[in-house]
Amino acid sequence: MKNASVLQTLAWVAAALIVLAVLPRVINSRMVLDIIVHVAILGLFATSLNILIGYTGLVSFGHAMFYASGAYGFGLLMQTGQCSIPVAMIAAVLGSALISLVVGLVCTKTKEVYFSFLTLAIQMMFYSLIITWKDITGGDQGLMGGFAKPVFLGIDLTNQDHSFYFITMVVALSLGLLWHITKTPFGYALRMIRDNSARVEFLGMNAQGYRLAAFVIAASFASVSGALMSSYVSSAYPNFGYWTMSGEAIFVIMLGGLNTFLGPVVGAAMLTLLNHFVTEFTEYYGLVLGAIILFYVLVLRKGLLDILVARAQEWHSQRTKSKSI
Amino acid sequence: MELNALMACLSSSSCITGQFFNTLIIGMLLFLVASGLTLIFGVVKVVNFTHGSLYMLGAYFSYYVYRITDSFLLSVLGGSIGVALFGVLLERVFFSRLYKSNFLMQLLMCYGWILVLDDLMKVLFGAEFLSTGMPAVFARPPMIVGGAPFPVFYIFLVTVAFLVALAVWLLITKSSFGSKVRAAAVNTPMTAALGINTAVLYVAVFALGAGLAGLAGALAAPVRSIVPGMGSSILIDSFIVTVIGGMGSIGGALVAALLIGLCRTLGSVGFPLWTEVLVFAIMVIVLVVRPNGLFGKAEAA
Repeated sequence: MKNASVLQTLAWVAAALIVLAVLPRVINSRMVLDIIVHVAILGLFATSLNILIGYTGLVSFGHAMFYASGAYGFGLLMQTGQCSIPVAMIAAVLGSALISLVVGLVCTKTKEVYFSFLTLAIQMMFYSLIITWKDITGGDQGLMGGFAKPVFLGIDLTNQDHSFYFITMVVALSLGLLWHITKTPFGYALRMIRDNSARVEFLGMNAQGYRLAAFVIAASFASVSGALMSSYVSSAYPNFGYWTMSGEAIFVIMLGGLNTFLGPVVGAAMLTLLNHFVTEFTEYYGLVLGAIILFYVLVLRKGLLDILVARAQEWHSQRTKSKSI
Repeated sequence: MELNALMACLSSSSCITGQFFNTLIIGMLLFLVASGLTLIFGVVKVVNFTHGSLYMLGAYFSYYVYRITDSFLLSVLGGSIGVALFGVLLERVFFSRLYKSNFLMQLLMCYGWILVLDDLMKVLFGAEFLSTGMPAVFARPPMIVGGAPFPVFYIFLVTVAFLVALAVWLLITKSSFGSKVRAAAVNTPMTAALGINTAVLYVAVFALGAGLAGLAGALAAPVRSIVPGMGSSILIDSFIVTVIGGMGSIGGALVAALLIGLCRTLGSVGFPLWTEVLVFAIMVIVLVVRPNGLFGKAEAA
């Protein structure tokens, strides 16, 4: 049973990798590939947040903090010129995991609205640190001067094809890992905590410990997406850690569907495309996005993938019913 | 760190009175915004993330009215009443539909409104920094108290804020409207069962809360720069205030707002770079030690 689930995950990841490997051969447009890279990074970021929101029921409003910590950690290590790309990336993720452990210890003590406030506040503290600490972070200008991207294992990130392969494949592998995590007993424990935390305690399980673990896992994958973004744009900017980034991720999750694993990725694709087309027509991006959000909240209320999955299940159950008759 | 400057300040009485006054200015302005936020949360039980934008709206409304009428009194009235009316619209059309849905939906709706209002102000007034300018009535030399200069406008601002705080407190604790509001805060269905129209009560509370934010924006318009997005920093600050003071507690909001004001004033003298960090650190400590805030009631089990 367990092996079957692992095999299934591996099969999906392999299929995704094959599709991604073929894409640049088929699509000649740089712009489309660029959009795919942005969707992949935002999708991973939102999926990692959905581990907290959708699976554990913890509405974090400060997730962008770990996106920024991954991006700045990676960028700063690369700027020293002493690190290879994988080393810098792993170090940035481990560093972010460590930060999230400390932050999580404090935040997971609180619940519901207070959890959202606390994560929001700590994120803003982190943001003001980035802005204030100009000597290291470059303040509101972002990391100054960019950084070199040395070749590793035959992969040259200054080459656009290589960069596309590297980023999308790291994202595919990370999503595979996250999916596997949601299928483990640990993943089911998180859903139990979301549905009824008190009962989880009665069963003798340490709900607090599970929450903390979910927090650290989500933060680590958020920092992977941040590091990827930093490697893509060769810099890091303070708005990576601003609250709008967290808000955007929450919207992406809701747009795609928070009850389906790939919902956030679908939402990321929707938002990125929207972003792309709206900014072409108007500079008032916030006005359009805000209006769409209000429309969503008042009328749709469900993510796209959630609606599709519900339809599919309905159709499936009707078919099996008619067969049994 | 410029702790020497802080020490030097703390040893001079004129500097202490000056900083005390600054604390009052920052604290009372913050209190006006935060009290509306905490009132809405306490009664309506929604977290109004648009509250910072309402503050911004108050500043823009009063800027607009001042430009037309050239009367500061009218601009303050216009700012607060305009925003209160906007609060009614917000409650009726948007929030009231989401009372039954989850926190995530309310959060998302507020996020949408913040984006819309920020850009709308950009469309209507431009993205530049605006300022109402000091009204002629207040353009006088500052009063000197205890060796420190007290600009007349700031004295007016603090006085108005104190009077409004007193009025809100009297309204909530002494009037019959207040006792209905307090009843609804404890148990809305029970209050409705007693024949009180709680839907109207919710609208009234929302309008009052929004109006307080608008008033703060209008009062701040002559002395702070008006710009789209100006609400987000005061939003964060008023959240810190409500969380420290306890969600739903107006007295708690007053104490916490003054505490944050003190923190910011001393910080700007002694450790300008670390003020933000200190403010957030206070909030984190309070949340860890007393999760319901200094004056918050523990949730019924």
